[in-house]
Amino acid sequence: MLVYFSVYRFNPETDKKPQMRSMQLEIADGSDMMVLDALILLKEQDPTLAFRRSCREGVCGSDGLNMNGKNGLACITPLSDLLGKGNVVIRPLPGLPVVRDLVVDMTQFYDNYERIKPYLINDSKIPPAREFLQSPEERARIDGLYECILCACCSTSCPSFWWNPDKFVGPAGLLQAYRFLADSRDTAREERLDGLADAYSVFRCHGIMNCVQVCPKGLNPTKAIGEIKSMLVKRSL
Amino acid sequence: MVKQPTISRRNGVRDYLLVRLSALVLASWVLFLFGYLLCHPQLDYLSWKGLFAQLPMKVFTLLALVGLLVHAWIGLWQVITDYLKCTSLRAVALGAVSLLVLSYFGAGLLIVWGV
Repeated sequence: MLVYFSVYRFNPETDKKPQMRSMQLEIADGSDMMVLDALILLKEQDPTLAFRRSCREGVCGSDGLNMNGKNGLACITPLSDLLGKGNVVIRPLPGLPVVRDLVVDMTQFYDNYERIKPYLINDSKIPPAREFLQSPEERARIDGLYECILCACCSTSCPSFWWNPDKFVGPAGLLQAYRFLADSRDTAREERLDGLADAYSVFRCHGIMNCVQVCPKGLNPTKAIGEIKSMLVKRSL
Repeated sequence: MVKQPTISRRNGVRDYLLVRLSALVLASWVLFLFGYLLCHPQLDYLSWKGLFAQLPMKVFTLLALVGLLVHAWIGLWQVITDYLKCTSLRAVALGAVSLLVLSYFGAGLLIVWGV
């Protein structure tokens, strides 16, 4: 079976503007592969094709791409899911500057992540002798939050992040912000909420749930953002 | 070193609450009028005028006008700051919107209190 691809290509050193280039791959009938495997085979045809990948099993979050218009990880997206709608269209994650081909510059994404202070802050006067203990219930509150792999599929599918990437933290950063707000060991709740109370950081989320639809780990950033909004509102009333 | 973004000083919690509160006022006003129209199928000009001549209705309508002013301003401020990135164009659009919503409010006020 011959599969046709339309792949976004752009080399800022040689190209004036990006273009979609047609490529094709012969795949044995009845067989399937992940999109990442297909990209590796396409790279054998054209070694100049650039994309990121590492673990090839949906853990590292390196190969976030836009495939047939939907963000996802190439290594855990079966090629068969993208067939039957004409060419398989592969683009870089939208909303971030392209370094080359399918590789995007994630500086803004990491800056936003850094902004929410993604680490435990505990200023207890008397630290425990061995470790900070949590009850099973307290530990369960961060389930569905800590699993984020920072692939940026959610933030780059969010229009609010496209329009205000320097002001709106984005779903990935906000999921992690709530991960620390919900952590019983963290003592910087007020300080964290102070940093999110402006009109952009959290409140530019209008709950369209693109982030939930594309998250390859099945997480729910919209719910976490709703929890942060509730905390901010309760605090102000 | 954590980089400090160019965050607006505008209070997001206040905007969030005002939008919802104004939506509640507007919805209750619209539902009341809808109910009134349903209960008065033979409505004529005099009874319609009589409804708006009562002080409670004037206050209720005034609240709805304030709700419209607040709701439209915050909503359109969000839309304009999302889509218009050119500072001068954004300033013109925000100016036009404020003029429009204030005009609606002023005209509404004159009409309601003129009854």
